[in-house]
Amino acid sequence: MNHDRQYCTFFVDGLHFGVPVLGVQEVLRYQPMTPVPRAPSIVRGLINLRGQIVTAIDLRMRLDMAPRKGERPPMNVVLRMQQDTVSLLVDEIGDVIDAREDTFEPTPRTLHPTTRELINGVYKLEKSLLLVLDTENVLADIVAA
Amino acid sequence: MDDIVTEFLVESLEGLDQLDNDFVALEQNPGDKDLIANIFRCIHTIKGTCGFLAFSKLEAVTHVGESLLSHLRDGDLQITPEIISALLTLVDAVREIMACIEADGNEGSKDYPELIAELERLGAGVGAPEEAPPEPEPEPEPVVEAAADEAPLPQAMIDFKPVKAKRRTKPEEVAASAPEPTPPAAPAPAPAPKAAPKPEPTKRASQKESSGAVADASIRVDVGLLDNLMTLVGELVLARNQVLQHTTQNSDAALNATAQRLNHITSELQDSVMKTRMQPIGNVWSKFPRIIRDLAATCGKKIKLELEGQETELDKTILEAIKDPLTHIIRNAADHGIESPEERVSAGKPAEGTVVCRAYHEGGQVNIEISDDGGGIDPQRVLRKALDKGLIGPEEAVRLGTREILSLIFLPGFSTAEKVTNISGRGVGMDVVRSNIERIGGAVDINSSYGQGSALKIKIPLTLAIIPALTVTCREQRYALPQVSLLELVRLEGETAVRGIERIQGVPVHRLRGNLLPLIYLDEVLDHPPVERPESDDEPIVNIVVLQADGQSFGLVVDEINDTEEIVVKPLASLLNDIVTFSGATIMGDGSVALILDVLGIAQVAGLHERGDRQARELESENDASSGRQETLLLFTAGEDHRVAIPLSTVSRLEELPASRIESSGRTSVLQYRGRILPLVYLADALGLQRPSRDDDVVEVIVYRHNGAQVGLVVQEILDIVDDDLVIHRFESSGAVVGSVVIDERVTDVVDVAAAVTASNVPLYRHDGQEAPA
Repeated sequence: MNHDRQYCTFFVDGLHFGVPVLGVQEVLRYQPMTPVPRAPSIVRGLINLRGQIVTAIDLRMRLDMAPRKGERPPMNVVLRMQQDTVSLLVDEIGDVIDAREDTFEPTPRTLHPTTRELINGVYKLEKSLLLVLDTENVLADIVAA
Repeated sequence: MDDIVTEFLVESLEGLDQLDNDFVALEQNPGDKDLIANIFRCIHTIKGTCGFLAFSKLEAVTHVGESLLSHLRDGDLQITPEIISALLTLVDAVREIMACIEADGNEGSKDYPELIAELERLGAGVGAPEEAPPEPEPEPEPVVEAAADEAPLPQAMIDFKPVKAKRRTKPEEVAASAPEPTPPAAPAPAPAPKAAPKPEPTKRASQKESSGAVADASIRVDVGLLDNLMTLVGELVLARNQVLQHTTQNSDAALNATAQRLNHITSELQDSVMKTRMQPIGNVWSKFPRIIRDLAATCGKKIKLELEGQETELDKTILEAIKDPLTHIIRNAADHGIESPEERVSAGKPAEGTVVCRAYHEGGQVNIEISDDGGGIDPQRVLRKALDKGLIGPEEAVRLGTREILSLIFLPGFSTAEKVTNISGRGVGMDVVRSNIERIGGAVDINSSYGQGSALKIKIPLTLAIIPALTVTCREQRYALPQVSLLELVRLEGETAVRGIERIQGVPVHRLRGNLLPLIYLDEVLDHPPVERPESDDEPIVNIVVLQADGQSFGLVVDEINDTEEIVVKPLASLLNDIVTFSGATIMGDGSVALILDVLGIAQVAGLHERGDRQARELESENDASSGRQETLLLFTAGEDHRVAIPLSTVSRLEELPASRIESSGRTSVLQYRGRILPLVYLADALGLQRPSRDDDVVEVIVYRHNGAQVGLVVQEILDIVDDDLVIHRFESSGAVVGSVVIDERVTDVVDVAAAVTASNVPLYRHDGQEAPA
């Protein structure tokens, strides 16, 4: 089901997530943001990315996690989506990982419902579990909300 | 689709647009040989090319038209309105077929036997002996034509050389082809058409050269490419602004000089690129003569159309946006405005009515005026209509001036046409026109004197991509306000800042030169939590931006008014499209992103006084399964410890009353409450729960407004008011409980009070004591 098995990985609240590397435009340090009043709470603001306006999504908020603590500002994973370019705000950037197909398993049914909706499956890496983020779903539900 | 076919369609459709006008002009000047020749050439080219591309249906239709035209050109036939109508129908048929080709590559299922027969009949009206069989012609001609047209097609995008080549070969080709068809064709029609241009070959040639020169200098460019170019220039403008900001702090003379040069070049580039997107308004207007002609013919009116300032240029996107509104206005003017010839004559006007379209630049905007000398608008009729339809109240009606009455026609659901024609007057009229024009930052105004005619004036910006805007600050954030909706800036200081703002039921207003200006606080509209405004430590200052939207002006209170600058409008991501208060975003000189405020949207948000209704509606909306939104809920228990929440906004009052005050009327429990009878609904019953068994003699009543009447909800205990981002998990069922929400880690039912009250069947009392419909 996942043919492009190279994943750009990152960490959110201690969890190891990955998105297909082909969908990633770039990875950036923290960027100043302009907040958008009246927007869904998951939208943290707008970023000027070399003249392109990118919407920043707080992945912690999206995954119903506790707000980010400490001084470390979030990192940006900029994704090219069907219509827009969005940036996922994450805690930390990981490596680009070549995941082996035979280590893939569907999402355990017992996960938190919100998380389960947003995850395509899990790769059992040697040291950790890599959760494959369903990027289209991350946005799809915001649009509905 | 094939490039060649696409190119054929583009060229032919352009030609057809021109044809409409040529035909209308021809009707007025039947003797104009040049016009006939033009028309003939256009149809001939289409026919030839479609023969080459094997569109046989199109070829058959254009062929009969061409034969008829050749008779006209030779003067064998006199031009009659009948012939013009038939030819216009032909043009429509060609368009229809082309639309089919464009859609799916084939010519569609429709044949046009009547049209062909009609054109043949009209063509056969020439003296019987010359009844030329039309068949011989197509055989030699497509070949010749194909050869001629083959050349331009491959170099599809650039007109430069092909046009020249085409123009050059044409005279020779005409000369060369002239003898060829002669032998097979009947003597009279065939040589004559070919001979006709000959008497004035020099004139024709020179004309061609001059028009050719214009065509030579133009290149056909893809619009997407221009859009892209525009975006890039926008970036450049921003980069330029940033460079300039840096150089002002730098004393390097060479760098400063370079920066200045960059500045000038960028501005010029911006201007030039903007110009590439500009198109004359005549492109839209070119459809009007035909529309007016057809309308006049169907309504039995005589109408003359005058177009002024056709060369006035507008951005292509704006042109697209005003096309439909303008067409609608033109139709209205011709259909409702201009009277029948008899009426006109008896009113002492010339039998022929006039519709004038005028366009001109003024102050960085384009003004378009559409006026007619027709019957005008009867203000009294408008007023009556508006009253009938309940668009305004009687007491309001008395106060309205003529101008305000006229602007009522822009209200949704208004149509004065006594009879609905197939041309206009379906009630979806002027309100759509106005909203379309306001969407692109324009404004529309109407003026009419009854019996003399009416005039519509439209103001629109030149372009949408780069607009002048005022930047304002609200809560440390900068926002851009499009200058088109800006009326004036008001600054209240010191004493006036305190006295200048008065409140009517909490709604702030300001007296601006004797008129009441409703005020909207930007931070409130943007849902910022209220802050304690620092008082008395500084001179109080109130900055008001007076804006106009929807024909009304209001004052927007902002923290700071900064500056005006040209901003590049960028669209917001689709997931932010639903936020009505913003129309886009832009990048400021320092590289930060600023949101562009949507003046209409702000007025809309602030205009919803009945927040309660809106929230109730949101609660009732069933389509989203779960949604997080800010809502204030009243939390209480009904039945034994069953937690229930309802939107606070639907609640009028909370009362705690001795149980002994409950009386009954029929089968309903009621209370005497503030001089009225308040029917009571035991919410526990309505929800199918056990009624609370309270020991004390006090009942908790939530007074709730329902369809204009009041109802008391008896609950067990009122707990709290919660104000949070709540995720309501909705149920599919249509009962009174619409969903559940977790508050304080406890599941709480969210109740649709209206449904519960309706289900409980209690009689509702209106203020006057009458029973109100539930």
